[in-house]
Amino acid sequence: MSPKLINRLLLAPAGLWLLTMLVLPIVVVVVFSFGERAQAGGYVPAFTLEQYLNLPARWKAFQNTLTLAPVGTLIVLLIAYPLAYYLAIKANPKWRTLLLILVIVPFWTSILIRSYAWIFILGGRGIPAILEFFGLEGIRLINTPFAVLAGIVYGYLPLMVFPIYVSLERLDKRLLEASADLGSPPWRSFLQITLPLSLPGVATGCMLVFILLMGEFLIPAMLGGGKVFFVGNALVDLFLQSRNWPFGSAVAVALVLVMLVSVTIYMRAIKRWGNGRDDVSLM
Amino acid sequence: MQSADTPTSNAGRAPIAEFRAATKQYGAVTAADQIDLAIMPGEFLSFLGPSGCGKTTALRMLAGFEVPSSGSVHLDGQQVNLVPPHKRPVNMVFQHYALFPHMTVADNISYGLRQQRPKPAAAEITRRVEETLTTVRLPGFEQRRIWEMSGGQQQRVALARALINQPKILLLDEPMAALDRKLRREMQIELQSLQRALGITFVLVTHDQEEALSMSDRICIMRAGRIVQIGTPRQLYDAPLNRYVADFVGKSNFFAGPLSQIDGPIGTVSLPGQSGQGRLGQGVQKGANVSLSVRPEQITLTHSGPGLEVLIKNRIFLGEHTEYLVNHGDLGDFLILVSRQGEALEGTFEPGEPARAHWKPEAALILNND
Ligand SMILES: Nc1ncnc2c1ncn2[C@@H]1O[C@H](COP(=O)(O)OP(=O)(O)O)[C@@H](O)[C@H]1O
Ligand SMILES: [Mg+2]
Repeated sequence: MSPKLINRLLLAPAGLWLLTMLVLPIVVVVVFSFGERAQAGGYVPAFTLEQYLNLPARWKAFQNTLTLAPVGTLIVLLIAYPLAYYLAIKANPKWRTLLLILVIVPFWTSILIRSYAWIFILGGRGIPAILEFFGLEGIRLINTPFAVLAGIVYGYLPLMVFPIYVSLERLDKRLLEASADLGSPPWRSFLQITLPLSLPGVATGCMLVFILLMGEFLIPAMLGGGKVFFVGNALVDLFLQSRNWPFGSAVAVALVLVMLVSVTIYMRAIKRWGNGRDDVSLM
Repeated sequence: MQSADTPTSNAGRAPIAEFRAATKQYGAVTAADQIDLAIMPGEFLSFLGPSGCGKTTALRMLAGFEVPSSGSVHLDGQQVNLVPPHKRPVNMVFQHYALFPHMTVADNISYGLRQQRPKPAAAEITRRVEETLTTVRLPGFEQRRIWEMSGGQQQRVALARALINQPKILLLDEPMAALDRKLRREMQIELQSLQRALGITFVLVTHDQEEALSMSDRICIMRAGRIVQIGTPRQLYDAPLNRYVADFVGKSNFFAGPLSQIDGPIGTVSLPGQSGQGRLGQGVQKGANVSLSVRPEQITLTHSGPGLEVLIKNRIFLGEHTEYLVNHGDLGDFLILVSRQGEALEGTFEPGEPARAHWKPEAALILNND
């Protein structure tokens, strides 16, 4: 067999998968988005921009997604960085593996079950009841943006911790000694050496969390209770409840475009920030 | 242990750094054991010893990365045990350079300057970087990336980075270990002339005796965390304290046996099948088990002269010299170095040939085993 043929055979499964699971659905969705809704729901072929002109009706979902996804990513980052730093640099190597396992233990159960736990914690008989005991009455947590953010932080933390952990773990500790040797106190060594060298991990983590958050629907559905909803929730609603496939498709296309634009902007920023450094890339 | 014999030029001056019974323990391992040493301003001092004998540990106590478990370290007369590295007027060239991968050559080199408060002006930084790059013979390399530099160039960058703050002492931890032989030799010469030109005290750690011998004013021979002997290269070569030092500094043949007789400065060692004479080394006692140490170049090899009957086993041509491995029935194998002149007189010796090996009693040294 020629090497060329072998290469093709190696790529065939992935290529097929990409074609049937990504390219075809996108084509279908794009085609649908120019169509019309059938009487009983579903799709009637047509070419109209009606669905796109109707997008402002779902403005709230886009607004929520475009604020809570970046804010959520930022909060996750702010919590994950110190944790990853502790695990990679400060923690006793003896305990490191155990601590890392603890970080991913929540992944061993379904997010559904874990979200139910949060419903209880944030609901009337959870934290609000405790606050009430201390005299703080009438505090509502469940079905608020706060609840959704809490769920996001909880669910996405490991995704951010791991890439940052890896980049910090890989950091040559002698560089910090060299920095100290040249007159830099520890906090400045952190800013000048540790932080810049862990940026690839930060960039990867942010990218992962942000992209997945843009498509999130479970956490807002369960902890936002229909009051705080993402584009993902609108899609579920449009496709499964009201069976308005063409409009759902238009919303989906809009979401993909928004994602592409924000990811492009993000990559540009990283590139400029990294100032042409080879070691700061997406991965 | 021999007391520190300082070069005469330094006599009467205060040491720039001192170890006083400095000990460093890592759990059960004593990495540095009761180190006593005064480092004089402007000297080039080396720690020499096999891997794991505590050289790096000693250097790291000077730099401030390790706090002595007991004893003390002094810089300029001040006890500095607890002074952190960033507050010490010493800089280090790290074993694998530890250059900052995310910075250009210029940013690496100016790093030390940029940590000073108040920060020097940008123009001043640029000027100093340029000047230092010229010193290490890398002019114009400012904007290069670290990974674009060869091993030898990286080493120069590390050197420039450590020199820019004009440290009182420059510490070098096996700086040439990663270089090939020829480059290492060049760098040794350059480092030595740099040290002379700058007048900065250099403290070098190495396991390469040739490096230590060729560059240093004084050498500390270390073993298992302790200093065995301190002296100039010549002192160590000519008057090693014991067999360990003689073995580490230059090549030597050792014949072990009890010291049976002492006549003034000459002793006699009972060896298998014969006795051997040599000058008495330091502290050797009659009856003790000692080693008769004979440098390979002190032995004369002849076809039919006086001395031991030996068989030529192997011959290595070294250019200026030829090294012969010979075997003696009772004494075993030993090395003989024959110069070009020697060969001109006696001709060469072929492996398998019998020959005679001879040395004068004054050329041999009787040493304690440790
Ligand atoms: N951080 C450390 N923890 C435990 N043991 C160490 C540490 N650093 C050095 N040692 C031990 O101390 C001894 C001396 O090490 P080192 O000073 O690095 O030797 P050298 O530089 O002469 O090769 C070795 O036995 C080494 O294993
Ligand atoms: Mg070492």
